Order: sequence, then structure tokens, then C-alpha cells
Amino acid sequence: MTTVSDPRQASGEDILKTAQGLRWELGGDVHEQLVEAIYTDAALIADRAVTRPGEADRPDLDRTIDRLVTSRIWGFPIMLLLFTLIFWITISGANVPSRMLATLFMDTIYPILKNLAASIGMPWWLDGLLIDGMYLATAWVISVMLPPMAIFFPLFTLLEDLGYLPRVTFNLDNLFRKAGAHGKQSLSMMMGFGCNAAGVIATRIIDSPRERFIAIITNNFAVCNGRWPTLILVASLFIGGLVPAYLAGLLSALAVVAVALLGVLLTFVVSWALSRTWLKGEVSTFSLELPPYRPPRILQTIYTSIIDRTLFVLWRAVVFALPAGAAIWLGANIYIGGVSIAEHLVNFLNPLGILIGLNGVILVAYLVAIPANEIVIPTVLMLTVLTTGLTGVGEGAGVMFELDSQSQTKALLLAGGWTLLTGINLMLFSLMHNPCSTTIYTIYKETGSRKWTVVSALLPLAMGFVVTFFVAQVWRLLGGAG
Amino acid sequence: MSSDPQSSATPACETCPVHHATNLSKLGVDMEDWDFVVALAGNPNTGKSTVFNALTGLRQHTGNWPGKTVTRAEGGFEYGDHRYKLVDLPGTYSLLATSLDEEVARDFILFGQPDVTVVVVDATRLERNLNLALQVLEITDRVVICLNLIDEARRHNLQVDERRLARDLGVPVVPTAARYGEGLPELLQAISEVATGRTVCQPHRIQSGPPALKQALSQLVAQIEAVYPALPNARWVALRLLAGDRRIAEAVSKGELGDLSRGDSEQVRQTDLSAEVAS
Repeated sequence: MTTVSDPRQASGEDILKTAQGLRWELGGDVHEQLVEAIYTDAALIADRAVTRPGEADRPDLDRTIDRLVTSRIWGFPIMLLLFTLIFWITISGANVPSRMLATLFMDTIYPILKNLAASIGMPWWLDGLLIDGMYLATAWVISVMLPPMAIFFPLFTLLEDLGYLPRVTFNLDNLFRKAGAHGKQSLSMMMGFGCNAAGVIATRIIDSPRERFIAIITNNFAVCNGRWPTLILVASLFIGGLVPAYLAGLLSALAVVAVALLGVLLTFVVSWALSRTWLKGEVSTFSLELPPYRPPRILQTIYTSIIDRTLFVLWRAVVFALPAGAAIWLGANIYIGGVSIAEHLVNFLNPLGILIGLNGVILVAYLVAIPANEIVIPTVLMLTVLTTGLTGVGEGAGVMFELDSQSQTKALLLAGGWTLLTGINLMLFSLMHNPCSTTIYTIYKETGSRKWTVVSALLPLAMGFVVTFFVAQVWRLLGGAG
Repeated sequence: MSSDPQSSATPACETCPVHHATNLSKLGVDMEDWDFVVALAGNPNTGKSTVFNALTGLRQHTGNWPGKTVTRAEGGFEYGDHRYKLVDLPGTYSLLATSLDEEVARDFILFGQPDVTVVVVDATRLERNLNLALQVLEITDRVVICLNLIDEARRHNLQVDERRLARDLGVPVVPTAARYGEGLPELLQAISEVATGRTVCQPHRIQSGPPALKQALSQLVAQIEAVYPALPNARWVALRLLAGDRRIAEAVSKGELGDLSRGDSEQVRQTDLSAEVAS
């Protein structure tokens, strides 16, 4: 006890003493009595204020839809169908605008900038750093990412606005509880599909610290904004390429959905494992409210999802692409012992990369992309040009180039030694690797624990190495190229 | 109370207070100095964020699912001659503080001492939403009930008598359909009237409960009021002490409670806000 100098403090203690005494007299159920009193009053007041001339508190249509989308038999197929549809629209719709943007940035603006730089006598290194490094990296990020995001986010937001996401939660709740995790984890996972940092913050709705840690650690398995474009692009190049053109879009969409589902599966498996090892304990119960279906306001949804998500993510990618573009260009143009720094690094990581069915370029790209996963693909392309020494596509070391169609991108990657295995493993690795630095920082802020931050960062990375390693071994055992 | 919603062009409209709504300018987050702090509380998924966006002109993402807002969002608006800071609290079913989001909401209403607390209630689920509203009314007198989703209530063939509700709760009740901007001028009007003290609320206090509890309550309230005469919510503090709320007991023993009486509230508000932002 503190020394009593403040008279208020003394009387404060008196009050507590009285309260304690009264608590003894009343017995232990004051809380329940209070809650009951509140409920009684609320019921009374509500009853007086509300009249229902007809019956039916919810239209029958709502109930019928609910019965269908949360049914044991149809719930999951409908979920898959809806998500596949969204990805299919995204993948098939993004190709054309992507090409138009690339043409604009690379064929039209790039030469103008180059000529301008030459006409004012800009030194070659400054011109290289600014235009070949920073400008092209940014242009790439925009043309690769903007179209899919501008299609995907409004569609996803519409689903959210309709009230479908809580139904998904309802469907998944049982599985989460079987995995020893909190049912609300499906809500934080849903947020994670937008942004893992937001998903980690969303775990605040989970009361028990044990279940909250599980939700935080596994949030990374929800594929985030920064990773969708990588998955979508790689799927359309390598998976879509396996079948005739008219099926390519559908198959690519299924591949993306498969990876996302694998992420959900991993969420369950890892939650299950954690709740039986490090984070043992009881499962809490909660009640989930299924909100009514609301007619989405389409224009407003498009507006907010473009502002909130598309431009936000794009801006983040651009902010990180500018310095990354500069760094890559510098790495490609500063030589040590006749070989550029970037090449040293790529060569150093290449054996490890090959072992797990990837390559040195991809691993370097993931190092560069720790601040933002969005720049993985642009970095991969820049570094591939550099290491393959291709002529005709690039203008020099570390220079981004014009790729006005997906087939050219694919041709470049094939020249860099990519195979179907590389594509598949890149998608897997994209699902399982350390979260971006923003998310790691958020995890640290939310948990206040270095230990759990490190676990959250390294556990998925270790899993990524193990899984891609095994896939590569099996692939090669079965005689696949790569 | 809810003002006359008819704003057709009659000369009387020029003098009607609701007409000031046209003066409303939206300030976004630019809140250098504000006259009043307004907190926005409510159950999850009642459209709090929609009301927040409609009032502040911000476009915070709203979603049709519970638990969208976990942290507090802040914005501001100007109405009449005053500038208001609006704080969107996490949606909760109660203020009995069992989880982090409930604690954020409870602490803000109790320690942040907003000038007005707007409780957004779902007109289609009035009974359950009133549980929270009644708890807020125990903590603070200055409450406006925003009876939201009135459009959905109509769709479901429900009639809510907002005058009866206002009489029973003792605070202004404004029916709104925030998604379509319906009722917002009236809501602003009610907020400003409570903030400036033109409307004095006489909030409903919880009446039910066993006699022994009531007796214990009045004994404890008397003692608390003797020590802290200016405390606006002695009854609620007493209730929480009887229920064994540790956080409140701590506030009492540290003398923090004394700072809650209105005179010092400005200082508490500042320190508490910065503490929460830092956390």
C-alpha cells in the first residue's frame, strides 16, 4: 500500500472496503444479477417501442439463401465457386489493360525520358539510376499490379458488402474449433486476405491470449494483397500455359484458388499443431451474428475499394519500388572483381535455390522484397535479364525492359532457366515465407514479445523451405524437368 | 428530441435549427482545436462506421460484418458554430470489459469523458442493442441514440416508436438510415443540442434487480458521492465495484476517479488519449 497523503486516496480505500463488505453480503453473483437486470430492462423498453404489424422478422429469401450458403453439403462448393469466379474474372480481365499500360510506360514514355536525359547531357550513371532503375521499376509495378487489383478488390469488397464473408466464417468456425483455435480466427484470417498487418490487428477481437497467438502466427497463411499479383501472374504464365487458350484462364484461376486453399489448410494444420504443443488450452466459445444481406451499393463499393485498397496497395508498392529499382540498378552496375554485386549474390544463393526448385534470382528477390511483397515479380524480371545477359530485351545491366505481352515475359523466364517446377514452387514459396516487415513490426507491437515475433517470422519460412524442397525432390524423382 | 424531418421549402424552415445542416462543412481529420468530443458506440455491424463516414466525410472502409473496427478511428466535423471531434469506438455488445475491444470502448467513455456519446443501435434488433445502450446510460448522461437501419426495419415490417423510446430512455432518439444519408441532419442537431446543454438528458437507470442489490447500491453510491461530489456516474462506479471490476477498483484506490469529475476532465482527456495512442 502506498503511504496515505492524499485524503482522496484514504477515502478511496474506505469506499473499496465498504464495497468489499457489501460484496460479501450479496454473494458472488452480482455480475449475473446486473446482467439480468439490464436484459430485463432492455426487453421491457424494446417491447414497448417496437410493433410488428406483420410477422417475419427476416424475409424468407434471406433465410433460404442462408440455408443454402451455410449448408453442410453446399456451403463449401459455393464458396469455391464464388472465389474461383472472382479470380477467373480477374485473370482474364487484367491481361489487356496490363499490356496497354506496359506499352504506354515502356514504348512511349520511356524513350521520351531517355531522349530528354540525353538532350540535357545527363551523366550515364544518373540517367541509369533514375530512368533505368527507379522509373522502370515503378512503371513495371504499376502495369503488372494495377489492372488485377482494380478488378479483384472491388469484386472482393462486393462480396464483403453483401454480407457473404460472415457466412464463410460460419462455415469455417467448426474447423477452427476442431483445430483448437478460436472461431473468430476466421474473421482475422479474412482480413489477412487483404493485408496481414491488418489481420494481425484484427485478432484483437479474440479474448484469450493463447488463441490470439495462434491467430497471429497463422495469419501469414492468408494470401495478402502483395502476393495475389505474384500468384496470378505466375499461374497465368506457367499453369495456364499447360492447356489450350480457351481453358487457360479457368485453370490459372483454379491454381490460384488451390494455393489460397492450401493456405487455409495450413492455417488449420499449424493452429492444430500449436494448440497441442506450445499453446495448449481450452477452446473458448463465442456467438457469431449473421448480418442481414444488404444490397451492395456498387458505385460506392468500387470507389472505396479503389481508394482504400487498390491505390493504397499500389502506393505502397511504388514507394518500395523506387528505392528497390535504384538498389537493383546499383547492384547490377557496381562491380567487384569483374562481377556485379547483384550477380555475386545471385550466384551465392543459386545452389540453395536450385535445391528447393527455385533459383538464386528468386531468393534475392525475396530478400529485396522484405519491405513489400509487391515487388517480387519486377525484381525477378530485372535480375533475370541481368544474369542471363539477354540482349534485345534489355538495354543494359539492371535495366527493366518492355514486355508488351505475357508470352514475352514467359520467354524471358524460360531463358532464365525456369520450368514448370519453378513456377509451382514460386507459388508455394509465395504462400510460405516470412511476413513483410510491416507485418513483423505489427506482430511485435501486438504481442510485445520478441519470441513470438521471431516464431511468426521464421516458422512459415522454414515450412516454405521444407515444402518446396520436398516438392522439388519428388518432381525430380518422377523425372520432371528442373 | 428528433426534430421535424420535413424540410420542404416553407418560410418556417429558415428559422428551423435543422436548416443549419447546410452549414455543415466536413473537416476530415483536420482537428487542430475542437469544441466538443463525440464518441460513437454501438453493437458490431450496426453501421457505426457508416455513420462516422457520413458525418466526417472520411471514407473509412466499412464492411458488412461484425468486428470491422477494432481500433478507434477519429475524425471531425463542424456544425453550427462548433467544431466536433468524432471518435469511432470498436463495436461491442457490452461494456463489462471482458476483451480488449470492450475495454477500449469502456475506457474511452469512462475516462475520455466525451461531451456526447452517440449510441448507434440496430432498429431491427432493438432489444439486444438496448443492452449496450442501457450500460452507456449508466456511465454518462449525455447520450444521443441513433436508431440506425430504420430502412431495414421498414423492409422487415417493423415499426419502432422513437418517441416512446426517447421517453423511456430519457435521451434524444433519432431514426436514421445512414447508408442513404437519411436522418443525419436531425442527428447532428440532436448532438449539438446535447453538447451545448440545450437538451438536458434524464437517462434511464437500470430498475430491475433484487432488492438487496439496490440497497447495497444506494449505500455505496452515497459514500462515493460524499467523497466525489462532482462525479457524474457514481452509480455505475458502485455497480462495477459490487461486481468486482478490478480496473475500477484500481481507479478508486489510486484516486484517479477524482480526476473524472468534470472540472478536470480536459486534462484527463489529453493524457488518456495520448496514452492510448502510444499503446
